[in-house]
Amino acid sequence: MLVTTTKGDMDDSLLEKREGSVDNDNEYTTWTEYWLGEELVHRSVHVQLKKTVTLTSSVASF
Amino acid sequence: MCTSFMQQLMVGEHQLGTATLVSRTSLTAPTTDTLKAALYLTTATINAATTVYTVTGEVSGTNYTAGGITVTNATAPSSTNTSATAGVAFFTPSASLTFTTVTLSTAFDCVLLYNSTQSNKAISVHTFGSQTVTAGSFSLTMPANTTSAALIRLATT
Repeated sequence: MLVTTTKGDMDDSLLEKREGSVDNDNEYTTWTEYWLGEELVHRSVHVQLKKTVTLTSSVASF
Repeated sequence: MCTSFMQQLMVGEHQLGTATLVSRTSLTAPTTDTLKAALYLTTATINAATTVYTVTGEVSGTNYTAGGITVTNATAPSSTNTSATAGVAFFTPSASLTFTTVTLSTAFDCVLLYNSTQSNKAISVHTFGSQTVTAGSFSLTMPANTTSAALIRLATT
């Protein structure tokens, strides 16, 4: 599989793949990195937001 | 408060008191506003007090255009009553936000949704953990467009 990198498209067999994730109340985030030796040449991030923005309103009573 | 009123706020049907907003081009053939999403550095001050899109503190890098990307805005706001005295109006963009093949080397941690049709007025700020992107994509998946999970909710209690 070809991977877009800072050095152009490279076959993933030439690269080391590292993945990670964070899961908390606010987000579920995953990332994929490809390393060429000690150099990071690709990093993609996917964030799924969990928290919504909520405006709570009320009206006065007489 | 009437739940439908909150939904109508979302689509700009009400202007209470003395009119201050410029009317839409046409009320008989209304057009949808263009919403945009811009990313901001961890050092930027973008929060609930933000009133308008600003380039200050916005990310920059390969294949990122100042102002961000257009938000797919094909789903109309909805509203529903949760009881006789309470309800919720809600809206979620109809597609994920995706910044394709970008390099954003300086850490960023929030996205500002704003209305580019209405003078870039701010809508909402959403934060996440600090990230960088290298020759890759950054995507934000929208939550389900439901009363409890939608990205923007107006609720009465």
